[in-house]
Amino acid sequence: MIGEVQKQNKDKAVFEPIIVVEDLTMAFGDNVIQRDLTFTINRGDIFIVMGGSGCGKSTLMRNLIGLQRPARGKVFYDKESFWDIEESERERILRRIGVMYQGGALWSSMTLAENIMLIIQEYQKIDHDQALELASLKLALVGLAGFEDYYPSEISGGMKKRASIARAMALDPEILFLDEPSGGLDPISARMLDDLILQLKSSMGTTVVVITHELASIFSIGNDSVFLDTESKTIIASGNPKKLLEECDNDTVRRFLTRGASEPRIQAIGRA
Amino acid sequence: MSETGEPREIRNFGPELDFVKPDNDVLIVKLFGTWKIGSQVPGFNRLTKELEKDSLIRKIRFDSSGLGRWDSILITFLLKIANYCEQKQIELTTEGLPEGVINLCKLASSVPERTAIRTSQIKLSLTTRVGIHVARIWGSIAETITFVGEIAIAFFRFLTGRARFRWSDLLLIIQESGAQALPIVSLISLLVGLILAFVGSIQLKMFGAQIYIANLVAIAMVRAMGAIMTGIIMAGRTGASFAARIGSMQVNEEIDALKTAGLPPMEFLVLPRIIALAVMMPLLTLYANLMGILGGMIVGVGGFDIGIREYLNATKGSLTLTTVGIGLFSSFIFGILVATAGCLRGMQCSRSASAVGEATTSAVVTSIVSIIIATAIITIGCNILGI
Repeated sequence: MIGEVQKQNKDKAVFEPIIVVEDLTMAFGDNVIQRDLTFTINRGDIFIVMGGSGCGKSTLMRNLIGLQRPARGKVFYDKESFWDIEESERERILRRIGVMYQGGALWSSMTLAENIMLIIQEYQKIDHDQALELASLKLALVGLAGFEDYYPSEISGGMKKRASIARAMALDPEILFLDEPSGGLDPISARMLDDLILQLKSSMGTTVVVITHELASIFSIGNDSVFLDTESKTIIASGNPKKLLEECDNDTVRRFLTRGASEPRIQAIGRA
Repeated sequence: MSETGEPREIRNFGPELDFVKPDNDVLIVKLFGTWKIGSQVPGFNRLTKELEKDSLIRKIRFDSSGLGRWDSILITFLLKIANYCEQKQIELTTEGLPEGVINLCKLASSVPERTAIRTSQIKLSLTTRVGIHVARIWGSIAETITFVGEIAIAFFRFLTGRARFRWSDLLLIIQESGAQALPIVSLISLLVGLILAFVGSIQLKMFGAQIYIANLVAIAMVRAMGAIMTGIIMAGRTGASFAARIGSMQVNEEIDALKTAGLPPMEFLVLPRIIALAVMMPLLTLYANLMGILGGMIVGVGGFDIGIREYLNATKGSLTLTTVGIGLFSSFIFGILVATAGCLRGMQCSRSASAVGEATTSAVVTSIVSIIIATAIITIGCNILGI
């Protein structure tokens, strides 16, 4: 039955682009981070953005969620050009998006439940009790049941990460952006998070964009990806990560996906 | 989101519940319509009433053939039912719910709820609370004394040339807290001089003694007001910035990093700040004195027909080196107090953004209170010594 639902979603999703990025170039002043990025994220995808440290993964996310205007190029959400429409229109699109930031970015003066409820009550007219129930559900989904009244400063780093994913899911967003969700988590929590992402996709049809370099997650959840390269400053590989591992013959990508195991032989000997 | 194969009309309604009893001990809960955040969800008590009406019911099943789009609100509703059933020992069959719903419910209840009570939630008696408060005050006094002691040790190491800090840091702090404070110090002390002159002139004019405006302004500014005003400006400007800076370093674990790298934060962060303010405060005060006298002169010369030379001579005549010395000595003390309060509150900061705010507030309050107390002590001391 699960397979059936997934298959249904998959069939539905394959040809329905939800985010289209065209010729996107990101820069800080004259310093170009990545150039000419073109890719499509389909509805119901778990889309991985990978690449070495400092290649501009997080900056790409900032460009996609409206925090930083691209130097050049376009981002389309359902055929609407995100950076060319009115501010108020942009906010309407942003309401369909949930974001988890790398550092968690929980509001430290509020409890975990309040962090989530603030977002729910801002956009939906529901009473306090119902909002609290929803907040508890989100916390339970990330394995933090019973932590409603804790302040961010009272929980561990990994818990903060999970709590901030719960906050990103507050409004049951269509698209979920996760920046390094499993960084700093123990293997079991990381695995649980992967299951949660898969579950959201299959039961609610959520599109998830994950920025990560955790290989285990990349292979177990990703069904599409782009690889951003630091050297050439653009995409050097894209597609299903498992297929990339089998088929991609680009050296950088191969070394990344095999944790450096397939580096050229001579270099390996030289190091030993 | 999830959809089933029923006709659209049923599924586009708002959320609705219905109950069917095929057997005496079985209740089928039928779910209809769109269950989304923001829609009017049926009250949970409708189900409990149904169950109370018929105490024979031992099993609950679901029928979701009329269910349309759904989101988390449905899950919270079902989890409430599950909770209730567990309490009443009613058997719950999830069959008949969409697969996605079942999976999310399972996921939400997969990690048991944490039930341990936090220490902050335990209710305490009045005496215990008073006791804790007193212990806390005592602790903070002890902490302050320790801090002052550590500063003394760090300063001793500085004098013997063994303190580890970067001279570039010291110079930067001197620039930030000294030169960059000149505009605001100019403005405030000029205005204080003006105000003193105006207020004094009203009284002095009654005796035809306008020329004494110069004496009044000069002595008041140089002996006390210059130092106090500069001290208060520095408390708000630099003391607050020290506390916020060190506090956010505490939040980022930068202080821990310094400690483990063998760089004592007392020498690396606190010492240069105290030295910088101890050096810059007297200089700023001297400058504030001049600006205050200038302010008095504007009123005296402009409003009461005193000649510039006359005014300056009167000023010179009224000031002694002792007066200037007392003002500068006070400002030196204020500088140390402001820097110490800022750094102390910053170092005491705990790890959250709101703690940084509290540290900043507390730094300014501590600085200003200690400036006023110090002024009182110095004034009384001077009185006893007869200077």
